[in-house]
Amino acid sequence: MSLYLRRDDAPLMPPPERVGGAWGWLREHIFSGWVSGPLALAFIALIGWVLPDLIRFFILDAIWIADDGAACRVLGTGACWAFVDRKLDFFRYGSYPGSEHWRVDLVLMIGTVLSARLLWPDGQKSKGALFAFLFGIPLFIFLMMPGPAAVMREPGVELGILAFGVTLASVLEWSKLRTLWVGIFYFFIFPIISVYLLKGSAVLGLMQVDTNLWGGIFLSLLVATVGIVFSLPAGVLLALGRRSELPAVRFFSILYIEFVRGVPFITVLFMANTMLPLFVPDNWSPDRLMRPIIGFALFAAAYMAEEVRGGLQAIPKGQSEGAMALGLSYWQRMRLIILPQALTLVIPGIVNIFISLFKDTTLVAIVGIFDFLRAIDAARIDPVWSGPTVSPTVYAFAAAFYFLFCFGMSRYSQMMEERLNAGRRR
Amino acid sequence: MSLDVARERPSTSLFYNPRLRGFLWQAILILIVGFLSYEAIVNAATNMRARGIPTDFSFWDRVASFDINQTLITYSATSTYGRAFMVGLLNTLLVAAIGVFLATFLGFFIGIARLSKNFVVSKLASIYVEVMRNTPLLLQLLFIYNAVLKPLPNPRDSISFGAGIYFNNRGLVVPDPQFAPGSGFILIAAALGIAASFAFKLYAKRRQFESGEILPIARVSAALILMPPILAYLLAGQPISFDTPVLRGFNFVGGMRVLPEFVALVVGLSVYTAAFIAEIVRAGILSVSHGQTEAAQSLGLSRTHTLKLVVVPQALRVILPPLTNQFLALTKNSSLAVFIGYPDLVQVFAGTVLNQTGAAVQVIAITMAVYLVISLITAMIMNVYNRRMALVER
Repeated sequence: MSLYLRRDDAPLMPPPERVGGAWGWLREHIFSGWVSGPLALAFIALIGWVLPDLIRFFILDAIWIADDGAACRVLGTGACWAFVDRKLDFFRYGSYPGSEHWRVDLVLMIGTVLSARLLWPDGQKSKGALFAFLFGIPLFIFLMMPGPAAVMREPGVELGILAFGVTLASVLEWSKLRTLWVGIFYFFIFPIISVYLLKGSAVLGLMQVDTNLWGGIFLSLLVATVGIVFSLPAGVLLALGRRSELPAVRFFSILYIEFVRGVPFITVLFMANTMLPLFVPDNWSPDRLMRPIIGFALFAAAYMAEEVRGGLQAIPKGQSEGAMALGLSYWQRMRLIILPQALTLVIPGIVNIFISLFKDTTLVAIVGIFDFLRAIDAARIDPVWSGPTVSPTVYAFAAAFYFLFCFGMSRYSQMMEERLNAGRRR
Repeated sequence: MSLDVARERPSTSLFYNPRLRGFLWQAILILIVGFLSYEAIVNAATNMRARGIPTDFSFWDRVASFDINQTLITYSATSTYGRAFMVGLLNTLLVAAIGVFLATFLGFFIGIARLSKNFVVSKLASIYVEVMRNTPLLLQLLFIYNAVLKPLPNPRDSISFGAGIYFNNRGLVVPDPQFAPGSGFILIAAALGIAASFAFKLYAKRRQFESGEILPIARVSAALILMPPILAYLLAGQPISFDTPVLRGFNFVGGMRVLPEFVALVVGLSVYTAAFIAEIVRAGILSVSHGQTEAAQSLGLSRTHTLKLVVVPQALRVILPPLTNQFLALTKNSSLAVFIGYPDLVQVFAGTVLNQTGAAVQVIAITMAVYLVISLITAMIMNVYNRRMALVER
């Protein structure tokens, strides 16, 4: 053991050299070591090599306006944005009839404003935030879905939808409606309105639109929203079941959660598509769009349950015991004491699950649903436009879309995390 | 007074008895679940009979009569559906194994790079992580397959990496190692070398414990592992040769061809999962408090020893459970092979076999069971490991 011990003082080392200015910053932050210095140089070289090519391909040499693929097929031209522009309606609405697009726009407008109201943290809003809520969010969904071209076609209808969105946001803001009521409207009344609007009904005088024709970004958002909206309550119930004291309840919850989490989403989709119609009486067989949505919702619930369980486990036992001592029943305890604390604790985790669920909506294409990515992939092989630059262009477009959504959500979850930690921070 | 009241047993109706209520709720739940499963089974039986869907597993031994373009075991169109299942399963496991290896390697590299004090390195690593985590895996796979691999030149203009490795739109062509008799000796020699290095490590540890003398474990182990196979290779008369691919006509002859679908899937899965692993590694390293490092330094441990003996063991305890989850996620995500046509379990079995036999319930049940078994085995190993690694508290 004695060999480990030092017998005399270690030699004094000179104080670290201090170099200021630009060179000092460079030395500290870029050429800091024998590994990271050369690595940084290699990365800088890589950026210098790739970035100009990317800018040239996607911006400088890109074809912005063209009537068919001929201009994009010319050797040395860049991204074929003209193609994306031409197919934009298909990417957004699938084969939904053009004259009925306003119905989709209206549903999305209501949904976005309501979601924004629900997701917005309570408390005093700053002027900027208020402005963003009243005008920014309606304007964003308006520009993303109908776009300027639709306004040229039907100015009355499309501008009306924008005005409606702004009005709805203002009403929600000024009436000081409680979040609970907005939630009830969002979870129970809004879905019914949407189904009637999207599918059409003779009573309202709206043309029937078969679900076969639904597609594009609108369908991706629809699948994601239904799955997420269903998965929250179902996940909470499953998480409570998994922590229940009743063995049978616990057993079934664990069985369900572990089963769903143990298999790939694609097999769940296959099951929903081929087995669901077998399990129910013939006349109950769900619509071909309904099946993957059910599968998606069931899949989402299991993941949500595990996240909520994490929150439940973080609540000290004293909370539950205190509530019990006050004479609250099980459901009162959960509803008033435990769940509000547990759910706020895991909001960031829940948003992370939303992100991965949103990315997973792309897989519904395997059972023939025309979601956004499937629409991209189908449009890509259009013979009129086929060319070497078309594939990279549309994939870049799709990547930008998904990135925008997911990155936005992750930023939101970080913001919430900070806000929620405010009480815990010292 | 009040104490007396409390001691008296309150007379409540049986309806409010918590134990009885518990039983009642569970009975209702079991009845509902039982009823639903009964209904589902009865409906399935009627529906399947009405539509002429097979209800047994007799398809397993029937001839599959379709071809698979990548097989690790002998398979032909005259093989059975059961054999096709094995081919698919092995292909899935192959992709998962290679993917896990590459993703771990890349993930650790990027995770550590993200913690680097170096501005360029850490920024680039975080851009990588954000882009990969915020776009769907399917989009990345389709991009690699359709926009990168498909437009590669045809075999005649292949990109050559030297040493007989070529890359073209039909995949990657590499030299195929040929094992002549006597190759077995190399394997045996390698196994002996590894065993010897372990023995040496044990000996060196004991020696250090007794006398404090430090033996060069790394160098001796490297020699013990590398030398025996090389010696065996030379002594056995160089039994391994390489069949290098040669361009003849429009395609390569000889060598081993790796499908572009396989390349796309492995690359896509590894770069996607690596982003998640990088975040896990970063969180794990950050979870070791600074005091640990400082304490190690004040004890006089060198930088390498601080990392090896103090930081890494504690970080691993945090890293490993989520890391295993990522390995499982990668294995499950390998089922996305079906979108680009790589013959994995889902594509071969839940795709082609299901369509040909129509035995939807059986085929999907078997497919799900395979993934469940993989998950359960991994979970079991992890539980054993966690029990050994868990902090021993009072």
